[in-house]
Formats: sequence, structure tokens, C-alpha cells
Amino acid sequence: MQAEIELQNFLKLQSAIKRGTLSCVDLVEHYLAEIDRRMDLNAFLVVMADEARRRAEVVDGKIKNGSAGKLAGMVLAVKDNLVLKDKPVTCGSHILENFISPYHATVIQKLIDADAILIGKTNMDEFAMGSSNENSYFGPVLNPIDETKIPGGSSGGSAVSVAANLAYAAFGSDTGGSIRQPAAMCGVVGLKPTYGRVSRFGLVAFASSFDQIGPITRSVRDAALLLSVIAGYDPHDSTSANLPVPDYFADIDSGVRELKLAFPKEYLEEGIDTEVEAAVENVLHRLKDGGAGVEAVTFPSSEYALATYYILANAEASSNLSRFDGARYGFRAQDTTDLESMYTLSRSEGFGEEVKRRIMMGTYVLSAGYYDAYYRKAQKVRTLIKREYDGAFKKYDGIIAPTTPTTAFKLGEKLDNPLQMYLSDIYTIPANLAGFNSLSLPCGVDANGLPIGVQIMTRPFNESMTFRIAQFLEDALQ
Amino acid sequence: MKITKKEVKKIADLAKLALTDEEKEKFTRQLGEILAYMEILNRVNTENIPPAYHIHETKNVFRKDQSEKWLNQDEATANAPKKFKGYFSVPKVIRKG
Repeated sequence: MQAEIELQNFLKLQSAIKRGTLSCVDLVEHYLAEIDRRMDLNAFLVVMADEARRRAEVVDGKIKNGSAGKLAGMVLAVKDNLVLKDKPVTCGSHILENFISPYHATVIQKLIDADAILIGKTNMDEFAMGSSNENSYFGPVLNPIDETKIPGGSSGGSAVSVAANLAYAAFGSDTGGSIRQPAAMCGVVGLKPTYGRVSRFGLVAFASSFDQIGPITRSVRDAALLLSVIAGYDPHDSTSANLPVPDYFADIDSGVRELKLAFPKEYLEEGIDTEVEAAVENVLHRLKDGGAGVEAVTFPSSEYALATYYILANAEASSNLSRFDGARYGFRAQDTTDLESMYTLSRSEGFGEEVKRRIMMGTYVLSAGYYDAYYRKAQKVRTLIKREYDGAFKKYDGIIAPTTPTTAFKLGEKLDNPLQMYLSDIYTIPANLAGFNSLSLPCGVDANGLPIGVQIMTRPFNESMTFRIAQFLEDALQ
Repeated sequence: MKITKKEVKKIADLAKLALTDEEKEKFTRQLGEILAYMEILNRVNTENIPPAYHIHETKNVFRKDQSEKWLNQDEATANAPKKFKGYFSVPKVIRKG
């Protein structure tokens, strides 16, 4: 059983189901038992056991009569900021503890339509704000490779569910690295699609001009398959792109011969762990061996990315999170005497420390007297960063870079130093600032066996090229 | 940029957050550090650079002015902490004169 589930290729797993050597009911029971056995990791906030069992029977029936969808047999976990009809959605926060969603996110509806089986909702940093998954109201998630270490965040529960085989694949959201950073730290594949490639309808908003939903998987092919299901225009999200979804498998095995690739010099200069650096150097060698041209390129804006991101993302967050006021849904503080105290006490008791810190930051940079100096300035720098990457993507087919400066750090290590914590997103943020796509692929381990990730970034809406480079590397690094 | 405890209190009021004394101390220090880091942007010449509102070129997206079936009143108020005859109920806004 285990051997079959661990197959890297979903199509093989699916054909085993079609042959009748494995059923969706078996798979669901297997994952439910594993989730139960690894409760200590704290990866799940809700396990949908009854529902998953019922769905497994339905999908088994569809497989038998030949009407099953593309994802039949795939057991998925989703981050708890994606809404499912009649299910709780907490965003890892006390303020949404008893909230039940009245509708499905577009991504969820597409997964269900493709006959995926949803098994549970995963733990996360509160409102996706964090890089270590220690900011959840429901406690931290542990890294299955070393339980004294953080799994990365904010989609820590989703990355762990895949790395520890508690689900076949998972979904997360990525605002500044929240899919790729935990994927790298847990040794799995994580994709942040191009901004607009996937509908955000039903994703609880953190920073709307940055947020994207994407898959966390055990292989590049699975990421390509899942993107092909969730991508596309949605009338409910007017920022989703009205562009056709290409066949991501058409040239996935074409290799990297004659591709022109860049690596940003600045990324390998300061603050990077030597073992991470060595693993990325190895990746660059493999790409050269495969016939790609690899050049060091300077990205002068690199040092401004983090500051730009935290000004803009926190500004958007402070605005988005103003809806949590205790009036219409979510937590309401007891014993409030007037409307003002209902707002203030509900928010103060309902939000955790990091969320408050970011609302404060965002409110500050948007407030009278500081708007031009911070918010507007950062918007202008964002234009410059975008131009710099657009320019690079005119000359190069892709950019290769480390996903994180270090491997997974110790639980508690950076909790009292927000700025140090923010620095762990330094390499992932440009993709969100400039809106292009980026995939993190495991590319080795450090001396302690902790995984290292490398990012493959390509121009907006060119995920086909990202998968092609990633597939070459996945094969070459085996 | 130095941020004072008084400013932290003002920002908290704007954000509708009631901070404890301990939080005020902590945030004053931490926001000061973070804002000092943000100063790095002052090194960038942004003269004549337009601000980025959208990251891809997007035009206004129109749809037909047609209603679609969505939540009814019961569904829309199902999560209300307190409701009254199908409405959201909140504490009194107007004080006794």
C-alpha cells in the first residue's frame, strides 16, 4: 500500500486504481490512519473523515463506470484560508473560530468537479502572516524531518501534509513565499502561479495584489497536473486572467538545451548559508551540463524588495482585515457596552500578535503624513522592480535562485525578532512583487538532513517553461 | 524614523485595536526597528516613476448588469454573533442625550 501511494507519478497511481488493485476507499482509510498517527505534527485543523469516505465511494463508482474526472484518486489537503461550503474556515485565527462558509472557493469547486477527494484543512500562520507557522492560534506545526524545527510558513500545514504522506498533495496560498518557503523547508515541490493565473475567489484575502493559490506536491508533474485543473478565468475574480490554459505536459520533457538562464548575483552574496549556496551552485552546473546557458545577472533592486513588500502587503492587509469587526460574523467580545468597544475589543481579543503588528504597520504607512513617504514610495519602487524582472525575462528564459537563505530553523528562534523572520522570505518576495511565477524544487539536504529548495522563475503566464526546467532538474538531481 | 509611544497609541486607535501597556512598549520598539529598515527605500530615485497599482496591464472588467442566485437572508446572516429578526444586531450607537 505505502509503496503504491508513494509513487511519484499520479498517473501510475490512477492506473492502479483503474486496474482494481487499489481503491479510493483504501486510499482515504490509509491517509486517515496516517493523519491520526501523526497528530503530533499539528498539520490539520479539520479532518473531514466522513465526507472523504463518502466521496471515495462515489469516485470509485465513477472509475468503475468510466466517468471519472482527471483527479480521480487524488486525496488532497487544503490550507484553512480556502473556503468550503458548510465547513469551518479559521485562517489559523481565533477571530474566525466558529465561522462556517456558505459557499465554495472557485479552486475548491474545480477540484471537486475533477473528482479529487478533499480530506482536511491544514494549519497555517494566522491570516497567512508568518514564515514559520508559529503564528497559528491553534499552535505551531512541526517539521516532520526534524520535529524541533519549524516547517516554514505560512502554508506549513499543507507542506507537512505532503512531506509526511498525510495527503497525496495539498494547496496553499503564496503572498510573499508562503507556498515555496515551506515546500523548500519540507523537501517538496511548491508552485506560486503567475498573479491572475488562478482565481482568488474564496481565498480569504491577506494582500490582494500579491495573493495566489498554488499546489504543493511530491513531483513537478503533479504540480503541472493540479495547475491545469485550477487555472483559468473566473468571472467572480476580475483580476483573474482571461487567457487560455496551455497543455503543461506538451514540452515538459524537452530538456534545457539552448535555454538561456540567469541567476541573480545578489542572491548569493549576503546572508546565505554555505550549504544552500553549494546546493544551488550544483543546480547551475546540472543546467549547464544539460546544455543551458547560465549567466550571473545583477538585479540592483534586490535589496529593496523586502522593504517594498512589507510596506505594501501590510497596507493591503490592514485594509482587508478591517472587515473583522465582530458585527456580521466571527468572534465578538463579551460585555461590550457600545459599538466602538464591540469593534475594538473583538479585534483585540480576536487577532494574534503578528496580525496586530502588521495591521499597525499597514495603518501607519497609509495614515495621513506618511502615505507618500512609505506607501506611495513603495508603489513606485514596485514599478522599478517589475521593470527590472520584465527586462531580464526578455533576455532569459528563466531565473534560477535559492528559495530560502537557510534550511529550517529552530522553533522559537526568530519569534521575538520580526525583522529576522521577514528576512527568510527575501528570495521569494520578488515573484509576488513583479507578479511572475515561481516553483520551488527540492535540490539537496544540508549536513543535518534538512531539505534545500531551488526556485525556477519564468515570465508571467509561462508556467510551461517553469515545469520544463523543473522536470529536467528533477530528473537530473535524482 | 523614530516612532513614539503616543504615535503607536494613535495608530492603534485608527486600527480599532486596544493594546495592552506591554504590547504598546513592544510595538513601539519593533515598529521603530522595522520602519528604520524601510528607510532603505529613500536611496532609490523614483522621480517620474509611476506607482504600481496593478502588476499586469489590466483594463476595467465589465459584466452584464444581471443578478445571479446567491445567498438568501438566512444564509447571509447565519454566522452573525447576534441577530434580530433576520438583521445583524449590534450594541447601541446613539448615546442617551
